[in-house]
Amino acid sequence: MAKYIFVMAAVTYLIRMLPLTFFRKQINNIYVKAFLKYIPYAVLSAMTIPDIFYSTGSVYSALAGLACALILSYLEKGLLTVSLAACAVVYVFEQFLL
Amino acid sequence: MKKFIQGLKDGLPIALGYLSVSFTFGLKTVISGMPFFASLIISMTNLTSAGQFAGADIILAGGTILELAISMFIINIRYFLMSFSLSQKIEQTINLPKRLIMSFSITDEIYAVSAAKIGKIDFKYFMGLAILPYIGWSLGTLLGAVSGNILPETLRTALGLAIYGMFIAIVIPPAKKSRSVVTVALTAIAISLLFRFTPVLNSLSSGWIIIIATVGASAIGALLFAKEEENG
Repeated sequence: MAKYIFVMAAVTYLIRMLPLTFFRKQINNIYVKAFLKYIPYAVLSAMTIPDIFYSTGSVYSALAGLACALILSYLEKGLLTVSLAACAVVYVFEQFLL
Repeated sequence: MKKFIQGLKDGLPIALGYLSVSFTFGLKTVISGMPFFASLIISMTNLTSAGQFAGADIILAGGTILELAISMFIINIRYFLMSFSLSQKIEQTINLPKRLIMSFSITDEIYAVSAAKIGKIDFKYFMGLAILPYIGWSLGTLLGAVSGNILPETLRTALGLAIYGMFIAIVIPPAKKSRSVVTVALTAIAISLLFRFTPVLNSLSSGWIIIIATVGASAIGALLFAKEEENG
């Protein structure tokens, strides 16, 4: 078991560590810069849809939470506010409406 | 100190989301026969969701070390991309030991919050950002592992959405102001849906689907908008 756990941790760490630690050059190519700039938005969008629909007790409560998060983030509320309000909507929805 | 505290604030929603996901990890692995401390150590040394679930499954199923290593590599290879992207975003002066420490906590969420932040990222902010999610991830695993029902089920399912609420709060404000961000986000969603729901394509693991969607959408965005970004 210990050997397995060590291998898991080592592989995960090396993948994360190598680029950040050893790549020190600043990139100037406009295409690469734009590509890197878009990565977080692409990652988050791909991770959210469709997974968000299966993240709660039902697809309907997830939809309610999604709607709440979309509205509040469109109004530029902070991360914590949006996140907690969306969870609260899911909770209320699941308790009282389902 | 101000930057560290700003980091802590930004990290709190991540920590809450992690608490519920890692709770499930602790619960599931212990029910499947893993000692609770093994489950906890895996969380404390990996700090990643998909990889841990897959890795624990392989260990519990009596898989080989090679199988474990390859699975971890494939599921986690996206961190390579994020780590590379972050190398352009952090203060250039950050030294080797600090980089070695920062590397440990590059998760999807911690990466995304720091990458979407305006300006360069320094060590203090990043550490502030990472510490609560780390505690949340470890604590959640411990709670899930030692007892099945500390958090009531209803609260747990509601918290399952916390992470996604945060993702949305990161993407929407810049998407409002930038045509390129909207295009990239919608493209990534389209690719993700395509791979998730098309027969044959959906046999790929979620790790690969995320990589394909990310690389595809960012590359399309760069081809369409790089010149525009540079001029404005």
